[in-house]
Amino acid sequence: MTAGTTALLEVEGVSKGFPGVQALADVQLELRHGEVLALVGENGAGKSTLMKLLAGIYTPDAGTFRLNGRELAIEGPRHAQELGISIIHQEFNLMPDLTVAQNIFIGREHRQAGLFLDDRALNRRAQELFDRLGLALDPAERVEQLTVARQQMVEIAKALSFDAKVLIMDEPTAALNDAEVDVLFELIERFRTPETGVIYISHRMEELARISDRISVLRDGRYVGTRVTAETAPSEIISLMVGREISGEQRPAPRQPEGEPVLSVRGLTTRHLLRDVSFDVHAGEILGFAGLMGAGRTEVARAIVGADRRESGEIRVRGRAVAISSPAEAAGLGIGYLSEDRKQLGVLLERSVRENIVLSSLRDYASRSGFVRDGRIEATGREYVEKLRIKTPSTAQLVRNLSGGNQQKVVIAKWLVKDCDVLIFDEPTRGIDVGAKEEIYALLRRLADEGKAIVMISSELPEVLRLSDRIAVMAEGRLTAVLDNAEATQENLMDYATRFSSEGTIAR
Amino acid sequence: MSPTTTKPETGSTGGSTPSTSAYAAIEAGKPRFAWLRGSLQQLLAFASLIVIVAVFSFASPHFFTANNLVSILTAATVTGILALGTTFVIITGGIDLSIGTGMVLCGVMAGVFLTYLGWPLWLGVTATILFGALIGLINGVNVSVLGIPPFIATLGMMLIAAGLSLVISGTKPIYFTETPDFQSIMNLSIIPGMRFPLGVAIFIVMIIVAAVLLSKTILGRYTFSIGSNEAATALSGVNVRRWKITIYTLAGLFVGLAGVLSASRLSSAQPTGGMGLELEAIAAVVIGGTSLQGGKGSIVGTVIGALIMAVLTNGLRIISVPQEWQSVAVGIVILVAVYLDMLRRRRG
Repeated sequence: MTAGTTALLEVEGVSKGFPGVQALADVQLELRHGEVLALVGENGAGKSTLMKLLAGIYTPDAGTFRLNGRELAIEGPRHAQELGISIIHQEFNLMPDLTVAQNIFIGREHRQAGLFLDDRALNRRAQELFDRLGLALDPAERVEQLTVARQQMVEIAKALSFDAKVLIMDEPTAALNDAEVDVLFELIERFRTPETGVIYISHRMEELARISDRISVLRDGRYVGTRVTAETAPSEIISLMVGREISGEQRPAPRQPEGEPVLSVRGLTTRHLLRDVSFDVHAGEILGFAGLMGAGRTEVARAIVGADRRESGEIRVRGRAVAISSPAEAAGLGIGYLSEDRKQLGVLLERSVRENIVLSSLRDYASRSGFVRDGRIEATGREYVEKLRIKTPSTAQLVRNLSGGNQQKVVIAKWLVKDCDVLIFDEPTRGIDVGAKEEIYALLRRLADEGKAIVMISSELPEVLRLSDRIAVMAEGRLTAVLDNAEATQENLMDYATRFSSEGTIAR
Repeated sequence: MSPTTTKPETGSTGGSTPSTSAYAAIEAGKPRFAWLRGSLQQLLAFASLIVIVAVFSFASPHFFTANNLVSILTAATVTGILALGTTFVIITGGIDLSIGTGMVLCGVMAGVFLTYLGWPLWLGVTATILFGALIGLINGVNVSVLGIPPFIATLGMMLIAAGLSLVISGTKPIYFTETPDFQSIMNLSIIPGMRFPLGVAIFIVMIIVAAVLLSKTILGRYTFSIGSNEAATALSGVNVRRWKITIYTLAGLFVGLAGVLSASRLSSAQPTGGMGLELEAIAAVVIGGTSLQGGKGSIVGTVIGALIMAVLTNGLRIISVPQEWQSVAVGIVILVAVYLDMLRRRRG
């Protein structure tokens, strides 16, 4: 390999344990000069812990870090930055009430007489930085006012303002659209010199192919291996991550929708986005919704369940026209909407599994006088924990302590208890690791086989193809195609997803 | 939540350079006049103050007189100084419930230093102010080192201070018999031919000091930063613990000063009372547009808030509204002020 030359950053034999968990065990990593090294692994594989060690937020129990061959003890976040290790965390670390420049130089302000600040000089320094990086940002603007993408740019500018040698990015594209991803990659390319290197953490295989030179894999807190990106198929990386092969090319067997549709939507139109959206969903089928960001998929779901106002359009449930004006009414008619934002809108993190499961149906679990029947709640909780194979020590466990996949199952259980026939899943596997995704897929399939009608909105084309019996494609608030799975390919789905009504307009 | 991105074809383009449209996408939606929105709340609060003053001026000829305006300022002084200090704490996202009884305890300590121990005036006053800082320091340590939530930490301190005032004074007022000049700290008239007390001048100086501290110094910057996102501030290498202790200690200094002024005003240290004063100060801060969630606020707002409270109390008394109803009116003002503030934020 690279005998003789020292690497930019070396991690050797690093371990870190927390009470009850060995987060990292004897992990190694080598970042070479001038390279982008992708770091991948399922949720809980130890990527974040490794990051936090490098950021100086945690101290390792064992092991060494070397920067250009010199051993380091990283004493804190500030020290890491001074050493030339800059980190862009997954959650934004910005102060919304402060300006862009104030955010970038927080903790490093020039003080006069030890106390006073000069914001004008601060803005000037920030402007110089932006000019150097080719970023169009206003130093004096408050961060609160910025779009998510621009906030991300502030984060990056902040990281690069420390004359960084090593830049570590944790899922930097999670909130960006394609144009913004291009800008980000351009910045990375510009940052990459023979003296610097980037550790890039991401789940998105296609991004890794574009940006990374090598890919290192962690699994269960251990180092699994490193591959040269250009010589490696994504499926090999995935199998390294999960420790088993996952076949990405499965497709559901073709089936004929039977009988009357359970949910029938005609001419659905909203004030701002949706135009004349019509489709049917039958019992036993999964209808996938594909489309670009902002195409209106989530809005369709929200308009159906009455979370957003409809301008016009007709909704029929089992052939009967209904007027739904709130999600509660939708649920009463057997339509459940499982939001993409699970933590905010799906579960009560601080309450138990069983409470969450019966939450929507609590009235059925209370006596006439309003007392809650704990025994029945426990029985139902246990029933669904078994049925959906929710991994939890007991039904009394707080949902916070469950993994993303199991939290999602709790949400699903909630709607099943409510006895919904139509389940609308919005990004059902977002934030869920690869292994657990398979389980969610299997569960969705089983629910369909049991006779539920399922609408699944997903931004991952392979997921849509893998699961949907039929696929509806949206662009700019319109339905541009409804395809049988057999006729759908990633290519033609993307083609329909970019059928804009007029040239030059991009869906916003 | 923001909608989601579907990835286009994988790895189709190798070294794609960002087109100008890519930059344009990121540049889009930059709001103008952000500065205007920031001062709107103060404008709003200021406008309300003007309206209230105008209404009372019409209602009674005794309201808009130099003497009465000075007495409004005098009435606002003690609560106002407490509110100034606690503005810093509230902007960090914290709260300080101990400022009312802490102030009373500081007054008692002034009595101890000056009357019981017979210290000279300057030393006793300085020691009293530093004693206030000590209360704040303990609050700060409890909050930021021990990690006790601010509400609980300062609730505890509120009760401790209330009790200690009674214990130390033996439940009796302490008179400043050794230092007759003590009462002039608040009451000395500094403008010839007019009753303009020194205490009000001190209040005005403290307003300027607080405003400069909050807007021009590193302390103020970190006050906003901590309230805006404490974890991120810490990750940026700022010693958040130390700054929080500093901020609570600063609030304590204001409490000490308020203790001196209130005791001076009465020429005696009254060991009872003080409870409820913290809520008046917090109300002033909140009316002034400072968010209890932290990250937002201003000294100008707090001053206007304190004045609104003082004007209301004074004006309602002048037009002979019974005292019971004055409290109702103040309560309504607080609700309306905070509701308007929420409306403004939602629209923003």
